[in-house]
Amino acid sequence: MEFIRLPKVENVKLLDRVSPRRSRVGTLYLTATHTIFVENEAGVRNETWVLHSLVCSLEKQAATSSGYPLLIHCKNFQVLHFAIPREQECQDVHLSLQRLSQPESYEELYCFSYKPNVDDEERQNEWDFMNLKADYSRMGLPNAHWKLSPANRNYKVSDTYPADLFVPESATPPVIVGSSKFRSRGRFPTLSYYSKENHAAICRSSQPLSGFSARCLEDEQMLEAILRSNPCSDFMYVVDTRPKLNAIANRAAGKGYENEDNYSNIKFQFIGIENIHVMRNSQQKMLEVCELRSPSMSDFLEGLESSGWLKHIKAVLDAGIFITKAVAEEGVSVLVHCSDGWDRTAQVCSVACVLLDPYYRTLQGLMVLIEKDWISFGHKFSHRCNHLVGDPKEVSPVIDQFLECVWQLMEQFPCAFEFNERFLITIHSHIYSCQYGNFIGNNQRERIQLGVHQRTHSLWSYLWTNRTDYINPLYRPDHSQTQGLLRPSTAPYCFKFWRGLYNRFDQGIHPRQSVEDYLRTIQEETQQLEEQLASHKQKIAKLEEEQGWSVVQEAAPFDKSPTAWTLSHDLRLANTPQDYTGGFITSSPSQPKAPDSSGLILLPQDLNQTSIFSLSNSSDPESGIADLSCRSPLSEDSTRDPDSDEAVYSAA
Amino acid sequence: MEFAELIKTPRVDGVVLHRPFLPTVEGTLCLTGHHLILSSRQDNTEELWLLHSNIDSIEKRFVGSLGSIIVKCKDLRVIQLDIPGMEECLNIASSIEALSTLDSVSLMYPFFYRPMFEVIEDGWNSFLPEDAFKDLESMTDEWRLSEVNKDFSVCPSYPPLVAVPKDIDDETLRKVATFRHGGRFPVLSYYHKKNGMVMMRAGQPLTGTNGRRCKEDEKLINATLRPGKRGYIIDTRTINVAQQAKARGGGIESEANYPQWRRIHKAIERSNVLQESLIKLVEACNDQSHNMDRWLSKLEASNWQTHVKEILTTACLAAQCIDREGASVLVHGTEGTDTTLQVTSLAQIILDPSCRTIRGFQGLVEREWLQAGHPFQQRCAQSAYSNSKPRQEAPVFLLFLDCVWQILRQFPCSFEFSESYLVLLFEHAYASQFVCRLFLRQLHKTVSLWSWVNRHQEIERLTNPLFEANSLVIWPSVAPQSLLLWEGVFLRWNRSSKCLDEAYEEMVHIIEYNKELQNKVNSLRRQLAQLETEDPLLQTP
Repeated sequence: MEFIRLPKVENVKLLDRVSPRRSRVGTLYLTATHTIFVENEAGVRNETWVLHSLVCSLEKQAATSSGYPLLIHCKNFQVLHFAIPREQECQDVHLSLQRLSQPESYEELYCFSYKPNVDDEERQNEWDFMNLKADYSRMGLPNAHWKLSPANRNYKVSDTYPADLFVPESATPPVIVGSSKFRSRGRFPTLSYYSKENHAAICRSSQPLSGFSARCLEDEQMLEAILRSNPCSDFMYVVDTRPKLNAIANRAAGKGYENEDNYSNIKFQFIGIENIHVMRNSQQKMLEVCELRSPSMSDFLEGLESSGWLKHIKAVLDAGIFITKAVAEEGVSVLVHCSDGWDRTAQVCSVACVLLDPYYRTLQGLMVLIEKDWISFGHKFSHRCNHLVGDPKEVSPVIDQFLECVWQLMEQFPCAFEFNERFLITIHSHIYSCQYGNFIGNNQRERIQLGVHQRTHSLWSYLWTNRTDYINPLYRPDHSQTQGLLRPSTAPYCFKFWRGLYNRFDQGIHPRQSVEDYLRTIQEETQQLEEQLASHKQKIAKLEEEQGWSVVQEAAPFDKSPTAWTLSHDLRLANTPQDYTGGFITSSPSQPKAPDSSGLILLPQDLNQTSIFSLSNSSDPESGIADLSCRSPLSEDSTRDPDSDEAVYSAA
Repeated sequence: MEFAELIKTPRVDGVVLHRPFLPTVEGTLCLTGHHLILSSRQDNTEELWLLHSNIDSIEKRFVGSLGSIIVKCKDLRVIQLDIPGMEECLNIASSIEALSTLDSVSLMYPFFYRPMFEVIEDGWNSFLPEDAFKDLESMTDEWRLSEVNKDFSVCPSYPPLVAVPKDIDDETLRKVATFRHGGRFPVLSYYHKKNGMVMMRAGQPLTGTNGRRCKEDEKLINATLRPGKRGYIIDTRTINVAQQAKARGGGIESEANYPQWRRIHKAIERSNVLQESLIKLVEACNDQSHNMDRWLSKLEASNWQTHVKEILTTACLAAQCIDREGASVLVHGTEGTDTTLQVTSLAQIILDPSCRTIRGFQGLVEREWLQAGHPFQQRCAQSAYSNSKPRQEAPVFLLFLDCVWQILRQFPCSFEFSESYLVLLFEHAYASQFVCRLFLRQLHKTVSLWSWVNRHQEIERLTNPLFEANSLVIWPSVAPQSLLLWEGVFLRWNRSSKCLDEAYEEMVHIIEYNKELQNKVNSLRRQLAQLETEDPLLQTP
């Protein structure tokens, strides 16, 4: 590939951020799609793979004794700290990666070259797996109040909206078109969620072009139509998710918000969620805190506070709760908008859906929800996630905030969600990785032009195929937490820092044993036991019958004895101590190295989650628990423990 | 003094009780010598029994003739009692105030408490130093049990029996005691079976400003070193604080006199600073403003999490010296009764798997806190709500429990006990019908907490269903991201734990169901095997 100035560098060091002593030496390769670091310790096959599309920024630092440092910050919050022996090499790697990680056209994106061994028909099936029409019919649509409108079939009314939209039965094409002309980017009010039980609906749009005094009869009629499509209610809410000042400022540009006097029976409400620039800076500040080398508790808490991140998460959740209460408790329809109606509006509508409808708390439901409120309604993924080199001011972690809201809810309602944290993190990674076509482009029209369905693969079917990895063991469809709407607390202390995402690759700081993995193992075993039970019962019945016939029968071979799959009792989880000394102890303790035979050599065509996440499972030779994130601590692999000298001691 | 003198109004009707997350109850309020009792006239409503000693402070409010008493408890719960009639309200309030601040130990509830349960196992005899020493003897012959302190004359805060190096005689110990703060000469705290390294603890050396020296002290601690090996002295004070202590007769082990030892200073806060930290933290948790910035800045300003991190880090360091560096360690601060014990006990949790069992943990608390002379009576006299000026109060033990909880969170399958056990110890350290904190010599009159805990029903409640014996050293992370606020104590009364409790039940259910199936399959397997070995030909007539 023409951008690769240097395909291979020897004797590169990969430094561990937390414990600098634990650096690894190996060879760095640049390929068309990945940066690969192969550790060349004898007997160890550790590989670290990083997709170029996941690279967020590169940072060269002043030379140190160990070489020329090159930091790679990734969009999945991994930070790789390389030290390259020669300046020229460092320079070449830097320039190559800079170009490779900033594709200039969609054609360069990984999804167009990612070719798993799947034929065209299967590929079509992958895409057909996601069916938004099915979700609307699940809501009971179309019905007497809401109809599917063909108005935007050719993306003529709004080029950022999907082709299929639900509008009130009484909304005529002139009303739709008229209303769209009075809204930013033609994004007229349309249905996002409909509650079968009480006919209340969540609608979404962009801001009206009201300026200081402009009116639009069709837009007023449109809102009237939405109001009338809910026969049980005599008013509706219009929620502007922006801070009031921002909305007022927009009036000077001929935009703005609805005047309560011009629209009949609306209650207008501001909910101050900050704009994409504030959110981008906030996350940046938080990430700086996450990346501090050995922060004190005060550094961390002060940094977290001053980043304002959790405050913003709380604002999004608070907005979702407001809408949920309107719909579920008051039975009142809501129109939600912000400026363009593709960032805050998407957040708030989808958070409200998660709170309202248990379906969206299932694996399939969350995928449907992201497809509906984010992908189809034109959240500008390629701009917001910086898929192509472009305006840095367009980048913003809006979808991260939605995923985090879901995570915060999972912390409060551990039994209410069918999926686990890993599911959210996997989705997050692939939104940025460009490995699948789902998030490519900024709206439906662009994706059709790119031929995404014909040329790329779908994440949703990949996730569904691997769904066993993403199941929350505590979820039961008949559990009380699973039913009805969620009523979360939004007291500040209920919001936690999401270590699992933002410090995901700092292995040392995560719990060393995972309750979830433990329970999953138990459940798998339970399933086997159930099968055993059935088969034993059958055999006993058969034997009893046969003995009645007095036939000498060769003893049937047993199934595996139960002990074969009871949990391994030599749970050898240890880890390496962190640097507790503050430099007092300089001698490096002699630590046994793990002979690692599980080092996976990942072939590019086998690219799945593991390789993208670039975590070779045994990257920590001393802990033997590095693979906690993707494997059960009780799996057989964990018995291959480097600290087994301790086990020997205790056995002796 | 009789309790009756303190109780101005023993009984009031029509009192309404407000508690967090529970429906209000109307009933009759009674004051007894040790309890505040509210019982409704309905049969099935739960009664409130509150130990006076659990009351940290009270507030009175009046609206017309209706008075309210807000009772703030040491377990951080806040309840409100609406009492009709101003006089009754004032009487009740002053009675509670008097009864909850009794100074005399012998008037305290444990001396009146007669157990309603059968004491199967006398907790006072469960963790005798003799028994612990038997275990030690099976591993090494380098130590002996000394009776030098049998009448508490050498060191009033030590137990009568202590483990010391075999070659050090009692006379030497007496001399060393004069050189160590509070007579706390270096004693064995922990023996690391894996490599024979030890952890000792002591009070600070009394070098004073002119660098007093004690050859016996040097001899004692050098006796614990293997030939050619160095040891570490972990001083839980900063070097500055330690230097300043010289002016008051204290000091540090100088390099010149202790060439085989390397001194490491770590800063663990103590006394009033900790009490203030607790008060600030609890205030932050009770803040109703729903403002994120305010919450985070108050949490930060409380410094509680900082203390947790400091203590845990020092304990990890001690454990690291022993396990990874293969060196023996001596831990002390000033008196050797607070920060020292936090470090030595946490290091054992990290190093020794047996301390992570229910009984083992009891043994640890008994050895490293009760017998080691942590002044519970002074430290736990008041909790976070007290209005009185703190004297010797400090949540030293609560911080220890918090640190244990942090490790438990990071290794959720490696502890035999669950979080409830730690919460229970917190409650009982501050107010209890059991004794785990009074003077040793009066113990025979009371019932040990361990006697109660070690009953079958209690054990079951406190057992961690995820427990899988883990024989390894467990190294916790001390990164700020890894250390969490202990919600089970600090937010316990602020947020409903319903959903979390349900998740816990669900987890237990998953595990129980698995066990049940295993039993079923095993019994079927036996049945099957039996059927298959029975020779059908013999049975045929």
